[in-house]
Amino acid sequence: MKQSLFESRHQQQWQTFAEQLNQLERGKACEVTDFPYHYRRLCQHLALAQERGYSSYLVDRLQQLALRGHQQLYRHRSQTTANVVAFILADFPRLVREQWRFVLIASLLFFGSLLGIALLVYLFPDLIYSIVSPQQVAEMQSMYDPAASRLGRAAERASSEDWMMFGYYVMHNIGIAFQTFAAGLLFGLGSVFFLVFNGLTIGAVSGYLSEIGYGQTFWSFVIGHGAFELSAIALAGAAGLQLGWSLIAPGPLARSESLRLAARKSVQMLCGVMVFLLIAAFIEAYWSSTTSIAPWIKYLVGSALWLLVAAYLIFAGRTRHAPD
Amino acid sequence: MPTAPLDTCYQIETPEGIDLPLRPAGLAPRALAYAFDLLARGVIMGILLVPLALLGNLGLGLGALLLFLVSWWYMVLFEVLNQGCSPGKQVMGLRVVQDDGTAIGWSASLIRNLLRFVDMLPFGYFFGAISCLQHPHFKRLGDLAAGTLVVYREQSLARPPLPQAAALRLPFALELSEQRAILGFAERQADLSAERVHELAAIVAAPLQVSPARAVEQLNGVARGLLGPT
Repeated sequence: MKQSLFESRHQQQWQTFAEQLNQLERGKACEVTDFPYHYRRLCQHLALAQERGYSSYLVDRLQQLALRGHQQLYRHRSQTTANVVAFILADFPRLVREQWRFVLIASLLFFGSLLGIALLVYLFPDLIYSIVSPQQVAEMQSMYDPAASRLGRAAERASSEDWMMFGYYVMHNIGIAFQTFAAGLLFGLGSVFFLVFNGLTIGAVSGYLSEIGYGQTFWSFVIGHGAFELSAIALAGAAGLQLGWSLIAPGPLARSESLRLAARKSVQMLCGVMVFLLIAAFIEAYWSSTTSIAPWIKYLVGSALWLLVAAYLIFAGRTRHAPD
Repeated sequence: MPTAPLDTCYQIETPEGIDLPLRPAGLAPRALAYAFDLLARGVIMGILLVPLALLGNLGLGLGALLLFLVSWWYMVLFEVLNQGCSPGKQVMGLRVVQDDGTAIGWSASLIRNLLRFVDMLPFGYFFGAISCLQHPHFKRLGDLAAGTLVVYREQSLARPPLPQAAALRLPFALELSEQRAILGFAERQADLSAERVHELAAIVAAPLQVSPARAVEQLNGVARGLLGPT
């Protein structure tokens, strides 16, 4: 068959298909019927055109249509957004348990450096100046001064400021978690650095504030949201370590393939981390900062939250038929 | 055995058994697209922060949330919801697709944009640029991990004018590649200078058994004949 005959015979069909594509690309899927049929017919036309040696103009045009159709017809099933409830109730804690080695290493690095330096600074307070700048130390000191009415990154806060701090915490903390994760691509070294760095800073400040007698205000402030915030940082680090390890020891796979698989897993972990950090920011802005509640209640609630996080990560989604 | 042409074309095979070519975009257009996005983000922040600043503390909180959204989610939202095009890519005629040519999803877009942080290290996209320049399909580190590819968007094609000539048949059969070459010669003639057209046609003057001066006309006639009556 001559090319011009072929073109004139199918021109109408190609135009209809192009219109369908335009509608799909604008997100109006409901108005399109029989798309797979039209797509397969176009693929057949393309194969014919190539096989019969028709001109580049025709083949290129059919290829473009086929490519656009291919992008509309085939999708990767999105794992993270498939079912939010099932992810939170079962998949995320399962994933954390599945990756327990990385979680353990990241936790040891983060909490180990945190507690170690806290103890050291508590015993030798001058050490803090080799970790945190004197200006920041002074800032922290005024922040957690027992005389201040509301706590957190600003000395005196009215309740309207809770909103401001919520926004600040979301931006700041999730930013840190993202950095800790992404830096893992450097063979895991970046994650190790950020885990230890954050551990040292937080540990040094807490040790110092305890030592100078601001312990009550500081610990009652941090214990509540710390459950979510600190474990989230450790988990983000674990996700980063997973990335790095896939490059160091790819096993039987090519490094690029191993990295791709690890990245898909670790980004799921990171979605859970984001949920944790949103909860943490909420608690930090609206619960931790109030001083009208007695410290012992805060300690109680804070401990309950730590237990809750631990129980969630250890036990949630154990049953075979998890709610989904 | 002819060597493969020096080309960055990336072939994907679809389940229908056809090969579709993708054209990966290099460092320069991608850098320009990123610069445009950076500018767009700056403008968005500038416009929105002024009224938010008037709202006082609530506005500051919203501003911080906004800053977070714009700095970490701008690319992801645009890429997933706008057919793989952030505004900068739209301007430069680029789009992001998965390695197998399908549209980009949430997790892949999130991976490639979170790992942008590493691409930026140690300064000014150094790692990203190195990775992009040494990879056959111009992938930066985030693209490697996410399995994505930045390609040129399809441009709509205009029908090329075919030179006028009387249709004719050759006394011998043409191979498929020869047929394509002759049709290509006719379709692209308008883009070439007259001298170059003659030079190219003269190469096949002997097999066509015509004088080099008449070779162009002969080839155009053959192309007309192949195409059929229009």
